[in-house]
Amino acid sequence: MSSIPENAPQHCPGTQSEDAGKASACAGCPNQNICASGEASRPDPAIELIKNRLSNVKHKILILSGKGGVGKSTVTSLLGHGLAARNANMNVGILDADICGPSQPRVLGVRGEQVHNSGSGWSPVYVTDNLSLMSIGFLLGSPDDAVIWRGPKKNGMIKQFLSEVDWGQLDYLLVDTPPGTSDEHLSAVQYLLGAGLSGAVVVTTPQEVALLDVRKEIHFCNKLHLTVLGVVENMSLFVCPNCKVSVTGDGNKAHNLNKR
Amino acid sequence: MLDYVKRVILVLSGKGGVGKSTVSTQLALTLKESGYRVGLLDIDLCGPSVPYILNLEGQSIHQGPYGWVPVYLDNEQNLGVMSIAFLLESRNDPVIWRGPKKTAMIKQFLEDVCWDELDFLIIDTPPGTSDEHITVMENLRQVPQCSAILVTTPQQVAIEDVRKEITFCKKTGIPILGIIENMSGYECPNCSECTNIFSSGGGKSLAEIAKLKFLGSVPIDPRVGKLAGQGIAAVKEFPDSKTSKVFGELAQSLAY
Repeated sequence: MSSIPENAPQHCPGTQSEDAGKASACAGCPNQNICASGEASRPDPAIELIKNRLSNVKHKILILSGKGGVGKSTVTSLLGHGLAARNANMNVGILDADICGPSQPRVLGVRGEQVHNSGSGWSPVYVTDNLSLMSIGFLLGSPDDAVIWRGPKKNGMIKQFLSEVDWGQLDYLLVDTPPGTSDEHLSAVQYLLGAGLSGAVVVTTPQEVALLDVRKEIHFCNKLHLTVLGVVENMSLFVCPNCKVSVTGDGNKAHNLNKR
Repeated sequence: MLDYVKRVILVLSGKGGVGKSTVSTQLALTLKESGYRVGLLDIDLCGPSVPYILNLEGQSIHQGPYGWVPVYLDNEQNLGVMSIAFLLESRNDPVIWRGPKKTAMIKQFLEDVCWDELDFLIIDTPPGTSDEHITVMENLRQVPQCSAILVTTPQQVAIEDVRKEITFCKKTGIPILGIIENMSGYECPNCSECTNIFSSGGGKSLAEIAKLKFLGSVPIDPRVGKLAGQGIAAVKEFPDSKTSKVFGELAQSLAY
């Protein structure tokens, strides 16, 4: 995991490195003293904050897929609805960590709602009595608004979502993610591991071009010691509404993924 | 940088899995079939799909006297490809990088690849409006021959993200050539009934609202889907298909 700041001088050893503040590249860097004092290599204080904030959340589950458009958001919302419908006393929260393309407000039918800030933090939007949602979609003025942010700003937003949303007592927190293995994923895992992350549900479609990216995501989970709870194959078959003949794409390729 | 490239075309979409890589590769193959020299740059670092689609997996990049030499699909070297997948040891290796590292890699792809003279450079992008996109736009700002094609699927959940991408293009000042709608309708191979699995008409109405050119709709065609992994142009293999018609017309409209 790289700890080199974006505006760092060339050959910066990274703030977490043992050489931080002591390498030759550090000479002249305005943050040299901070790095040399060891202040920068301490764990992010947000991890402790998030641990406290999410102490009332029993299970935290990430929904991942290396590939886009395979149905991560659909699986997340259906899983959320399913868990919430099973038991009216169970509370489920969904956090949409896809900052550049938030789909949850539409999928869950709560577009145009507002989040309110209270003394105890941001209140999520309630889809049903026991299903709540937080998404950057609620913070945008218009559906045309683009979130043109580089990594650090996206990480800041995720940190804020995790540390400042007042979920109340939750049985499940489902975190919907964007495709890839980059900033959002690293941040979400990093912050949630400290708070006790149950694991990840990986979504795929049957084609090889999707599996290619999903295998990368499973390796990502392995590298970060994140348990893969299981793989969901979406868009497996299509039944023609006219002749009722079903067509399978490449059929059941996800089975082989489970063996890994 | 890119001085010998006549036109740069970015293939963008806010949404993932709508067919950016399929459109990029089919457009590159169609232009190649029309006799142009084409380069295809894959800047999706976390999920590179182009080498698989073009059946170039396992190939590697060589360092030449003037920079990195791309991998060529054909012996005549009319279609050159550059992707991070050529730099990975195994096809399953993940690229777990934060923004700054991705930015540096893309800069290198733009500056250090020896494309030679190209009629078209097509750039395939990941979904979103973040590091990769900002970097590519910042670097291409000085390249006047650059424009973008947006890919969408018909359903609202995709259109919503593509609207964000249009805003991104407007803010960064890159001209949009038009919108392609992919996966619009599926014709049952048994009874020929057409089902709009992912709704219909979204791309066209988006183009109308945003006052952009509509470049056509491509149906879900399993025959074309099977071309993924082979590196064959739809226009060559299935010249009568709707897909070929759309890409043929698109290539023609890009001709100069």
